Amino acid sequence: MIRIICKLISLTALVGLLSGCNLVLLNPNGDVAAQKGELIVYATVLMLIVILPVMALTVFFALKYREDNKNATYAPDWDHSISLEIVIWAVPLAIIICLAGLTWVATHRLDPYKDLSRISDTQTIDESVEPIEVHVVSLDWKWLFIYPEQNIATVNEVAAIVDRPIEFKLTSDTVMNAFYIPDLAGMIYSMAGMETELNAVINAPGTYEGFSANYSGNGFNYMNFDFHGLSEEDFDAWVSKVRDQGRAAELDQPAYNQLQQPSIDHKVTYYGSVQDGLWRRIVNLCAGQQDLCLDDMMMVDALGGGGLEGLFNREMFRGICSAEDPGAFIAILRPDLKEREDEIFAAMDLPPQADLAQQLPLQAN
Amino acid sequence: MATAATPTDAGASHGSYGIPDVHWFWGKLNWDIFPFYDPLIFGTFIATMILAALTVGAITYYRLWGYLWTEWFTSVDHKKIGIMYMVLGVIMLLRGFSDALLMRLHQALASAGYIGFLPAYHYDQVFTVHGVIMIFFVAMPFVTGFMNYVMPLQIGARDVAFPFLNNLSFWLTVSGAVLIMISLFVGEFAATGWLAYPPLSGLTFSPGVGMDYYLWSLNIAGIGTTLSGINLIVTLVKMRAPGMTWMKMPVFCWTTLCTNVLIVATFPVLSATLALLTADRYLGTNFFTNELGGNPMMYVNLIWIWGHPEVYILTLPIFGIFSEIVPTFCRKRLFGYTSMVYATCVIMILSYIVWLHHFFTMGAGANVNSFFGITTMIISIPTGAKLFNWLFTMYKGRIRYELPMMWVVAFMLTFVIGGMTGVLLAVPPADYVLHNSPFLVAHFHYVIIGGGVFGIFAGINYWWPKAFGFQLDRFWGLVSFWGWVVGFYFAFMPLYVLGLMGVTRRLSQFEETIYAGYFFTALIGACMIAVGVAAFVVQIVVSIMKREELRDETGDPWGGRTLEWSTTSPPPYYNFAFNFRVHELDAWDHMKRNGYRRPTEGYTPIHMPHSTSSGVVIAGLMTVMGFALIWHVWWLSLLTFFASLFWAIGHTFNYNRDYYIPADDVRKMEQGELRITQQAAE
Repeated sequence: MIRIICKLISLTALVGLLSGCNLVLLNPNGDVAAQKGELIVYATVLMLIVILPVMALTVFFALKYREDNKNATYAPDWDHSISLEIVIWAVPLAIIICLAGLTWVATHRLDPYKDLSRISDTQTIDESVEPIEVHVVSLDWKWLFIYPEQNIATVNEVAAIVDRPIEFKLTSDTVMNAFYIPDLAGMIYSMAGMETELNAVINAPGTYEGFSANYSGNGFNYMNFDFHGLSEEDFDAWVSKVRDQGRAAELDQPAYNQLQQPSIDHKVTYYGSVQDGLWRRIVNLCAGQQDLCLDDMMMVDALGGGGLEGLFNREMFRGICSAEDPGAFIAILRPDLKEREDEIFAAMDLPPQADLAQQLPLQAN
Repeated sequence: MATAATPTDAGASHGSYGIPDVHWFWGKLNWDIFPFYDPLIFGTFIATMILAALTVGAITYYRLWGYLWTEWFTSVDHKKIGIMYMVLGVIMLLRGFSDALLMRLHQALASAGYIGFLPAYHYDQVFTVHGVIMIFFVAMPFVTGFMNYVMPLQIGARDVAFPFLNNLSFWLTVSGAVLIMISLFVGEFAATGWLAYPPLSGLTFSPGVGMDYYLWSLNIAGIGTTLSGINLIVTLVKMRAPGMTWMKMPVFCWTTLCTNVLIVATFPVLSATLALLTADRYLGTNFFTNELGGNPMMYVNLIWIWGHPEVYILTLPIFGIFSEIVPTFCRKRLFGYTSMVYATCVIMILSYIVWLHHFFTMGAGANVNSFFGITTMIISIPTGAKLFNWLFTMYKGRIRYELPMMWVVAFMLTFVIGGMTGVLLAVPPADYVLHNSPFLVAHFHYVIIGGGVFGIFAGINYWWPKAFGFQLDRFWGLVSFWGWVVGFYFAFMPLYVLGLMGVTRRLSQFEETIYAGYFFTALIGACMIAVGVAAFVVQIVVSIMKREELRDETGDPWGGRTLEWSTTSPPPYYNFAFNFRVHELDAWDHMKRNGYRRPTEGYTPIHMPHSTSSGVVIAGLMTVMGFALIWHVWWLSLLTFFASLFWAIGHTFNYNRDYYIPADDVRKMEQGELRITQQAAE
């Protein structure tokens, strides 16, 4: 059905210029993108119910009531008709009500933050299978992908397993970008100091194009990457390849700071291992060696800031990290409250220090 | 003196210039700011200079400076200001359109595998300046020009409520346009996209002066637009002819009212937003930076809280123009006047609560996205009602296909496509895949060209005889019409397809060549539009040369229905010798049917404002101030700021600002005209 409509659209749009149907948005290989493509077709058809008659009527009236057609009725003072007015307002209203319903349902079903509810129109989801988690960072002008499970990182190349859900978490360490793989799912902005999320699945093996869809400056043109849809074995092979080739390279803070330097058309790069907690540091804009992390700054503020000296918080607390030592800020800012530390953390919905070791094994060792 | 690196040297970095030292006298100005290493810019510079020299030479040769100064630049006559707005719009259209041609040509080459002729830093400036110019300095001057010219005539007023303010508003808009034009040859323009999202537009990522040109240009022009909005609202509220109740006002006046309410409510938001960004860049604040609690998402929200109503600021007056043209050329009353008025008001209100649909992909939750998606769709209901109303005005009419009416039919067919794709983009999941694509570009060009520019040409062809006393040449008008309409479809239909093929916008290099056919078709379309633009200029020149042949002496060449057609063409500078009492909607039509005759005696003195040079002076000082601020020439900016302030205060002490035209003079002018009209009537 979609294929036929897609063909029709391409035919009517530009006969002869289209070689086959390469409208990827209407014919993608990922289920999320496919549902969006279907939605485009349904919404268009729904609207054409009004649009086509209007266009036809326009042409018809324009021809019929032209000046030299003296046979047509002429009613110069006719300017009102309750029944027509009702139709004029009611028909678009009816269409919009349908479309609004469709929108509400589809927007909630295809919310990028939501876990997938199916693998494809024929496959249901297996609740026991964890999605592959990929952390995505947009940099000037390249994409960094961190695989926390596999403990590897890549630049300008990303891979996933066919028919297995993928959960992208995205941030930026520069200006806003939009992470977009047309074959896989819709786009989502990546923004500094913030984390967005995109859940998707790829249904066919292959190499697909991904890029930034939000203009980000000088090197924007080349901010693209390959997205590989691989079978389980091929994915494992790919992971080993990354580990192998990136054996010498660990993505730690110095390596990351190196990577942060603007570059255009950056070549594909592999990192065999990734420093613990780097993702948290990137999201909190403290991947530089001595920066105060955003979340720590928030904690300082939550503790009442630093008074007038708070103007210099960034300098005063440089290098202190609440993930490592939650009590540090209290000791500096509110020594009088030091003994009520656990109580305060509970109120702030932070794990108290004792539990921290269990919950954050990364920090414990 | 520090040397600025050339953009090519800068390579992979944000901003094409190094930051030169700020000299106490020259600021950032030095000899390296002229981008003449680029042959394209150098060529344009030479051509512009020759053109400017020729224009100045011609004006001097024909001794027109005094005439221009006293009759036009310092005039507070709303009609002359309206015409000057239109002239500004045409000049800037030529600039903005040549940018469009550059982009089309470059993308066609780049998509076919050639490197193209615009390096990224230059291409990025071109698409930014194209957007800024087309919205702020083409579409805005055109609609403001129409509102200025037509609305007071339609309500039977002699001028706007604050004539001097009107003049000042115009010159502040010119000031913004001048700054943008300067940026072409002195320094650079922003390379951030037309809405300059931070953090890209912040100091960290755009250290050059381009962004400062953007900010000061819009800061200054924005004040002008806000003042003009206040002015026109007061005019509409206070200065309608006796008997013209709200529901007897022409639809164009209604759309003007709603538009200016939108302007007054939203342009301050724009000004405040840009002021915050300016503070970020000049004072080191952190409203929209990545660090120190800055929040770029706040900017994106604020700018679209202005930006979406702006779309309706551009289209509502155009809807008004159509609502005047359709009944006139169908020789029939407008169908559903009341529902037209309510539709306009509903659009005005709804336009405030849809802004988030410009960034569904920024990561808001499903509830928020659905809410804004649905409110957006709801706007299509009153808009659809308007379209139906025009349609049923044509029904049982006698449609005369003069140029304005042809533009209307082209609009109706084009606008529905733009509207439909707009509603499609309002479905958030569809927007996730179509956002920032050529599909989006095609959509808003369908709406802004199909709905805006077509209406502007319709309006120009419609009201030109009123403004100048002769009609526009039909042949060249037809060439312009077909060039525009056919070219438009060729230029933007392929972009819809490209969007569905998963291309993103603002690319100047392509890795694949499969898109070449579409970009090439779009280029052909753009060339056809170029023919349309050229034919429009030719149309005006030819019409002026053939003005005796095209002369209209009735003052009412189309069989108009509203009051502007009741006076002579061009109208005397006091518009109407007598105040009307309005009894009906379509007042002039009603008067004609009741055998109205213009009185030949009983003239009374007419109260009119004096012209003043204050508008030109203040705006001129503001232009210099903007330039000085852009280049960090602090002493000059302070000097010009206080000079303009003192001049404005000084102006308030000028009590000699109005006078009465003696009744006898009015009689002489009117009788001189009456002879003309009577001759034409024989």
